[in-house]
Amino acid sequence: MTTIESATAITADLPREKTRIIPKRWWAHLFLLAACFIIGLPLFYAMLVATQTNSQVFNYQFTPGDSLAYNWNIVMNQNKLGNYMVNSVFVAVMVTIGKTVLSLLAGLAFIYFRFPGKWILFFFVLLTLMMPTEILVIALFRFVNALGMGNTYQALIIPFIASATGAFLFRQHFANIPAEFSEAAQLDGATPLQFLYKVLVPMSWNTIGALAVIQFVYVWNMYLWPVLIMQGPEKQVVQVGLRTLIGGDIAVSYGPMMLGAVIATIPPLIVFIALQKQFMSGFALTRDK
Amino acid sequence: MDPIIPILVVALSALAGAGLLALIFRQSARTMTVAALTGAMAGAAGGLLFMLPLNFCTFEAERSSLDFSFGIVLIVLGVLIAVLLVRWLLSALFSGRQLFSSEHTPGAFKHGWLAYFFLAPTIVILLLFLYYPAIDTFGLSTQLVKLGIPRTAFVCVSNFTSLVGDPKYLQAVGVTILMSVAIVVFSLGIALTIAMVAYLPVKGARIYRTFLIWPYAISPVVAGIIFLLIFNPLAGIFNHFYQAVFGVAIPWLNNPAYAPWAVIIASVWKSLGFNILFYIAGLQNVPGDLVEAAAIDGANAWKRFWSVVFPMLSPITFFLIITNTTYAVFETFGTIDTLTSGGPLGSTTTLMYRIYDVGFTNRDLGKAAAQSIVLFILVIGFTLLQFRTTAKRVTYGA
Repeated sequence: MTTIESATAITADLPREKTRIIPKRWWAHLFLLAACFIIGLPLFYAMLVATQTNSQVFNYQFTPGDSLAYNWNIVMNQNKLGNYMVNSVFVAVMVTIGKTVLSLLAGLAFIYFRFPGKWILFFFVLLTLMMPTEILVIALFRFVNALGMGNTYQALIIPFIASATGAFLFRQHFANIPAEFSEAAQLDGATPLQFLYKVLVPMSWNTIGALAVIQFVYVWNMYLWPVLIMQGPEKQVVQVGLRTLIGGDIAVSYGPMMLGAVIATIPPLIVFIALQKQFMSGFALTRDK
Repeated sequence: MDPIIPILVVALSALAGAGLLALIFRQSARTMTVAALTGAMAGAAGGLLFMLPLNFCTFEAERSSLDFSFGIVLIVLGVLIAVLLVRWLLSALFSGRQLFSSEHTPGAFKHGWLAYFFLAPTIVILLLFLYYPAIDTFGLSTQLVKLGIPRTAFVCVSNFTSLVGDPKYLQAVGVTILMSVAIVVFSLGIALTIAMVAYLPVKGARIYRTFLIWPYAISPVVAGIIFLLIFNPLAGIFNHFYQAVFGVAIPWLNNPAYAPWAVIIASVWKSLGFNILFYIAGLQNVPGDLVEAAAIDGANAWKRFWSVVFPMLSPITFFLIITNTTYAVFETFGTIDTLTSGGPLGSTTTLMYRIYDVGFTNRDLGKAAAQSIVLFILVIGFTLLQFRTTAKRVTYGA
């Protein structure tokens, strides 16, 4: 191709790119903007009301109100939502870490060891996928109270740190890692735990991230179990703590209620958005399987 | 109770087990004999599966005829479970397949016993906090147990049989089915529509996706609280606009006809993100050349979707139907508790909410345990039905 030809090719392309005011597939952009807007609407409205007084809410004021500081005071100082938030963060982080560690160990055992009863144990773990905690809540409630763990953080953490989903995911992931890695590690004299820590974990960040998002959001959103097992407000989680903001029919004030709801949504939202990429690829939601 | 009854139950279930398995493996005399013999043992064990823990109480004279029939159903169920298990074992055995094939493990570490150490924490926790409560639920379901009272009394199967003809329980079944079907249909339908556009390689696709799927992080409780405001009879923003346009307000939270839909709308909003995410991923895995080939063959967009794209999405649709049903049955609890508290007139009391009501508001743990078992069987039954009806139509892989 001569220089003149390529030059004209470039100049022929450039203006078209620059003058295109309506983007390609404008209808898709329009549709997606509308979809994002409608999906976002309930939360936007909650954020708006979070800044308003009740009379501003009842007047359908669509500009930010002047009551944010007042509402903040009710939420944080009168209803101690901060305390609930700290409890929830603690419980969610502990369960997420515990589940990740136990699932990694289970995946390691199922893929890198030969031992009698392997398939029965795997089936034993897998079968728990069919036992939702909600179904067992009556018996679990009695058992945990009988252990003397009622109204403790342990009651919110320990029953949830073993995970069939996690063990299964890591097992699948490790099964796709070529055996050469573990053979090389053994030649270098690495122990299984060193192999896990130095080789497997660095190769598994996507799966770990995906599992972390699921577990964190799951534990953060847990409601029925903490309602049952926790008595006082000191160690209660934020989802239950929000109930104190709903109150009776007459005394409802919507500003603090919505502010609480918005605040309680921030941590899982941060975790989800921060680990979004890992979440997508960790679940083999991309082409490579 | 007549002492002959246990012998009769064992004899009849052994006979049934032997007969059924002999019928299944009738292809040769050898397999038939083996099947009949193991079937007799399995049948006897199956007949005793529920009757031994219950101590044959359904046959006692003072039990109602409903209890008696329920006992018969339990025996039949036990025999069927045992027969199916043996059938699976035998067909594996006869075909020469190894049951628990110890798969070749390349790169395995020495000292296999170390694996038990790595698995121990998981196994111990699952045993204590899942398996033990699961078994205990069965035990509790035969007892009169009141919350906070240590004394219990054996009540045979009356916690189950009292559900028959209980109008409140039947209503809860109806509410649960309505909510599950509506949430699955609307959430998957809307999510697929949005994903069809969102997966296109437009500019800023990643940003759009983030703004479409974030409600995954919203909790059922927060969804309930936000829609409590939106559908509020006094200050609700929905009716503010609806009334301006149509002149009437919809009594979302006060009318039994609308209240379930308030819960459904809040739940669909909350679950949409998850479904969009999985559909986008599914659409990205549809090979483009397949769609192009269909286009060259002259299929229009609508036809291309239904005959090429949608079948390729069937594994994801199948997965999403199961997860969304589970969500609708169990996780809507938080939304219902904040939005409607099960009312008005029980119109939003799902089976899960009813378990909570019976067990902790009415303090009747035995009844609640029995209802938990029924709900578990319903959910498992639905999942198996899904497997049977869709498995044939599901297309796996590209």
